[in-house]
Amino acid sequence: MPTSLKRVPTRPPDQVAPAPSRRRSARSRRRLTGWAYAAPTALFVTLFFAVPVLLVGRMSISDWGLFAGDRGVNLPDNFVDAVDLRLFWPAVGFTVKYTVITTVILIGLSLGLALLVQESTRWTGFLRTAVLVPSALGLASASLLFYALYSPQSGPFGEVLRDVGLADGPISFLGTPDAALWSTVGLIVWRFAGFYMLLLLVALQGISADVYEAAELDGCNRWQRFTRITLPLLRSSLAMCAILCVTGSLLAFDQFYILTKGGPDNGTMTIVQLIYNAAFQGGNDLGLAAALSIIVLVVLLVFNLGQFRWLRGKDA
Amino acid sequence: MIRTRTRGRQRRLVAVAAAIATTAALTACGGSDDGPAGAVSAGGVEGVDDGSTLTLWTRAPLEFQANLLVEAYNRTHKNKVELTITPNDDYVSRVGAAAGSGDLPDLFAADVVYLPNWTEAGLFADVTEQIGQLPHADEINKGHLDAGTRDGRRHVLPFVLDLSVMFWNKALYQEAGLDPEKGPSTLAEFAEHAKAVQGLDKEGVHGTSFGGNCGGCTVFTWFPTMWASGDDPLLDDGAKSVLDNPSAKQLYGTWRDLWDSGAVDPASKDETGATWVAAFQQGKVGVMPYPATLLATADKTVDVGVAPLPGVDGGASTFLGGDGIGISKDSEKAAQAWNFLSWLMSEEAQVGVLAANNSSVARSDLTNNEHTREDPRLLAINEVAAAADSRTPMAVNFQQAFNAAGSPWVTLVRNQVFGDGSSLAADNAAVSEALGQ
Repeated sequence: MPTSLKRVPTRPPDQVAPAPSRRRSARSRRRLTGWAYAAPTALFVTLFFAVPVLLVGRMSISDWGLFAGDRGVNLPDNFVDAVDLRLFWPAVGFTVKYTVITTVILIGLSLGLALLVQESTRWTGFLRTAVLVPSALGLASASLLFYALYSPQSGPFGEVLRDVGLADGPISFLGTPDAALWSTVGLIVWRFAGFYMLLLLVALQGISADVYEAAELDGCNRWQRFTRITLPLLRSSLAMCAILCVTGSLLAFDQFYILTKGGPDNGTMTIVQLIYNAAFQGGNDLGLAAALSIIVLVVLLVFNLGQFRWLRGKDA
Repeated sequence: MIRTRTRGRQRRLVAVAAAIATTAALTACGGSDDGPAGAVSAGGVEGVDDGSTLTLWTRAPLEFQANLLVEAYNRTHKNKVELTITPNDDYVSRVGAAAGSGDLPDLFAADVVYLPNWTEAGLFADVTEQIGQLPHADEINKGHLDAGTRDGRRHVLPFVLDLSVMFWNKALYQEAGLDPEKGPSTLAEFAEHAKAVQGLDKEGVHGTSFGGNCGGCTVFTWFPTMWASGDDPLLDDGAKSVLDNPSAKQLYGTWRDLWDSGAVDPASKDETGATWVAAFQQGKVGVMPYPATLLATADKTVDVGVAPLPGVDGGASTFLGGDGIGISKDSEKAAQAWNFLSWLMSEEAQVGVLAANNSSVARSDLTNNEHTREDPRLLAINEVAAAADSRTPMAVNFQQAFNAAGSPWVTLVRNQVFGDGSSLAADNAAVSEALGQ
């Protein structure tokens, strides 16, 4: 600022400044009003998020039986026992594998579907609805439905494959770890593809047509328009879908609990199923289950913070 | 002024919070002093029927019998029982949460395989003296009583018995040239019958079926064969597994042979327990071990034959499953709750309610009653419950070793039936390890 210029007064000179005590009182009222507005949310967050997390944290460092209750601090026993569990590393490996497969297929397919039904034509309304309908079904209900559909003897999937000549006998959709994994991925894709398609479709329709017209005038072909305009402008939405998908997959439970119970041969044991087993399936060890939960929570936090940072960095 | 008012409000809030905390602490102290065990004897052998409202929890598989019993009790007593049914998979977590917070109902039932663990955890009140005073105490099903006994003190009575028996489809037996009135009496005969039905080569029909990915289903239906053959798969009060005993090997070998020969429904390999009896009910299975409580349901679609589960060379046995019921540690109406339990053991409840609705009775002196005389199958079920080789297996870590998803028992079963069977020693050691934890 040039030194010759006079500083513009913030208050007209003819107005008299309020007395300091009145200023403090107004500030205090504003602060109180602010607290009053924030209080319900703060209370909600404290009661339903902070307190349970703190309780789980406390539980994770305690010898805490399902029926016996808190028998005192035992740090670091629960965390050592968690990592020493026979199925801990297999469950981690399987959960990561499932997460990668599900995320890649689901995001790819949803994007493809969103592109297919982007233009309003005679059939797009029907197609959009058809793909979206499974999202209205609860995951547990969908899993039970697929349990019946996958039945080697009476399930229609096997029958269809036999009718078209792709199989000549009963097909065991859930009988081996690999078959069970891919059958579960099939269910999840069916259940969630419409939901992610909808999110991406909204983002797609938010891209201005002018950008595409300009690119067309510049001689860009369809592929170039897709890779240089659509994908970059969809980055935020794709990242959000990825975060939801990764988080949901790392916490997968219902579908495996209903379809496979972690089997066959523990081949589809997820980390959350392991937590459930530790707490309620005979383990009855809430301390161990809480320690496993804290490990998952930390991994998820690190993962999500990484994704957010990457997203923000790109946007900046 | 504002500061003064704020301070005053703060002081009042602190005072209210302190009062709530003190009341809560005093209540907690009071609760711990007034245990139910002291009050349960108040009404003598019959307990107290003074119009109290009692809460009772049980799990969904027993809903049918639990509803009948509660309705009958409420009709004839001043006390009223409020029944809460919880899905099977949520029951342990619900009981665990309530036990931790001191909110267990007055009465609650437990799968008999959980009883040793839950009794050890102190969830039930001690009713040793009350059971001893019952006029027919010696006739009550011993398997359930023993499962709820710790250090010589009794805590539960049988609620509903669920037994494993052999079911066969009489129509398919007839078609296969087998005697429709005679089920298998040895393990070899079972395999022979299953293969005969498979030999019909009917589309969608198989000789037999089982829950191949369900620990609870296989332990329920396979242990009796070992018991009937003179082998006990659990030693040292359930701390050690002997699942490599001679009859167990015969059993695994028979099922492996049936699987290899195509006589087992292929769905068995994936079956987690949700639909393990569905194919039989649809008339698509010749013969299979089955829960006796489902006789009435199966009978709607199939002409069912019933026999005890045989050993390798004969004999008869069953898994005395189902639920035991006790008064919770948190009940403040123990004498009233005992009134329900005392009535539960009466002929009125056992015959008038359970037997009248095709369920097994829990008293050996009532096995032959007006209802079982009408249907010999019910009599056979009741008689096998009282057979010398019928048992309730007891182990504190039973759930972890056998029933839990991914239990070492499930691995053993799958390796024995679907694999080559070479890992029996290692798999048995894994079950022992889970039991001994």
